[in-house]
This record gives sequence, structure tokens and C-alpha cells, in this order.
Amino acid sequence: MNRMQLRFLSRSENEIFARNVVAAFALPLNPTLSELSDVKTAVSEAVTNCIVHAYPDDEQWIGVECETDGNKLHITVTDSGRGIADIAQALTPFYTSCPGEERSGMGFTIMQTFMNDFHLTSVPGEGTRVEMTKCFGGTAEADAR
Amino acid sequence: MDIQYLRKGQELYLYLKGELDEHSVVSLRGRTDALIDENASSKRAIFNLAGVRFMDSTGIGFLMGRYKKLSRYGMGMAIEAPDRNADKILSMSGIYSLMPKI
Ligand SMILES: Nc1ncnc2c1ncn2[C@@H]1O[C@H](COP(=O)(O)OP(=O)(O)OP(=O)(O)O)[C@@H](O)[C@H]1O
Ligand SMILES: [Mg+2]
Repeated sequence: MNRMQLRFLSRSENEIFARNVVAAFALPLNPTLSELSDVKTAVSEAVTNCIVHAYPDDEQWIGVECETDGNKLHITVTDSGRGIADIAQALTPFYTSCPGEERSGMGFTIMQTFMNDFHLTSVPGEGTRVEMTKCFGGTAEADAR
Repeated sequence: MDIQYLRKGQELYLYLKGELDEHSVVSLRGRTDALIDENASSKRAIFNLAGVRFMDSTGIGFLMGRYKKLSRYGMGMAIEAPDRNADKILSMSGIYSLMPKI
């Protein structure tokens, strides 16, 4: 089992940083290219949500923790921001609280589809926690598809 | 993100290159819209995604936003050469019913 913790400010330039760090951490698990791409996309979605929705007005801390467990990678993304009052609504495909901003409301749907396991907890006014797991074990052929 | 364009007859080809996320989309939006304004006499804009190495849901919002802008000019829109990841995201979003993959 291997673990890492990352803390960075909620600046949009850190989106690329966060997803690439997690991808690099996952490399010893021998992910296929498409599995790695799924992980990067899911991390980017979760981190972007913290930047855009949790802390809309200022720069605050975002946490990313990873833990490997056999062929599995557990990822936890946390913020201490605004929180989500209606979780079921937030998870609804195409729902966005900012329809005027060219957002599609597909972030959570993408995380759920691209990862094997997904769990969202949130307390309004206290923060949000996204836990996701990816099981690696695809074949190189999956990349050729 | 880098964007280049090529006018072929009635069609405007837009070649995107780089990682498309919430950070990079800000300047890309303005540059794309300027190219559309300059080429508003063309019939259709074709977004070539072959150079897009990364894309998340930001890409859906960006393409939908350009679709709306093009519609105001009476222009159509199509998508070309998305990689596996971009194709997965765009298929999920149902966007291909508005802008076909060619
Ligand atoms: N970390 C967070 N803190 C507070 N609210 C959040 C957080 N993450 C998501 N939300 C809320 O859940 C909604 C749905 O999130 P989702 O990522 O699915 O869509 P989006 O971010 O609005 O659009 P997209 O991800 O397609 O750009 C958001 O509009 C926002 O209201
Ligand atoms: Mg989102």
C-alpha cells in the first residue's frame, strides 16, 4: 500500500498540476493509457468543482489524497467551501447551478462513469468530499480500441 | 490551448491543440469567437480535436457555447477527430445530435 497527500490553492492553473500528479502516482499500478486518462479526467472534474463552486470568491485550500490497494487507486478530493445542500440534484446529469457560464452539468456524471466507485458527501457551509476508486487491470488492447 | 484555422470553400476548419480545461478555456473562448466573427460568411465550422490531448466537461460547455454563437450567424457545426477520451465525453453529453462527428 502506498499513500500520498497533496494540498494546493484553488487556482485554476492547479487543475493540470493536480491531475498530472495523481496520474504519476498511479503509474506503478501499470494502468493502460485509457485507464490513466479516465483518472485524469475524473480528478480534473473534482478539482475544478472545488475551484469554481466551493470557493467562488477567493483562493483556499484543496486537498487530494491517494491510496493504492492492490490494483486499486482510491482518490479523495476535499474542500472546506460552500458545500452542497441538495446532493441528489447536484448528481443529476446536466444539472448545473451556473447555467449562464457555459457549464454542462456533466462533471459528477463523468466522475461516476469513468471511475469504478464514487461517493459524495457534503455539509453546507463546511465543505465537500469526493471519494473515487479506479480498478486497474485492463489490457493494452483496451487502448487500441 | 492553441487554435489555428483554415478556410476551405464554405467551411471554416478550427484546429485545437493542447489541454482543454477550465483554466485554458478562458483565452481559447475569446480567440475562437474572434475567428468565427471574421469568418461569419462561411456555412459551417468544423472543430478538429486531433490535437486535444486532454479534455474534461469544460469541453462540452465550450463546444455548446460556440454552437449557440454559430447558430446566430446561421452557421452549422461539426466535430472531427476527437481522441478516445474526448469521444467518450462528447458521446455521453449527447452533443453529437447537434454537431455531428464527421
Ligand atoms: N465542491 C463543490 N462545492 C460546492 N458545490 C459543488 C461542488 N461540486 C459540485 N457542486 C455543485 O454541484 C453541481 C453539479 O456539479 P457538476 O460538476 O456535475 O456540474 P458543473 O460543475 O455545474 O458543470 P461542469 O462540471 O459540466 O462544468 C454544481 O453546479 C454545483 O452547484
Ligand atoms: Mg463540474
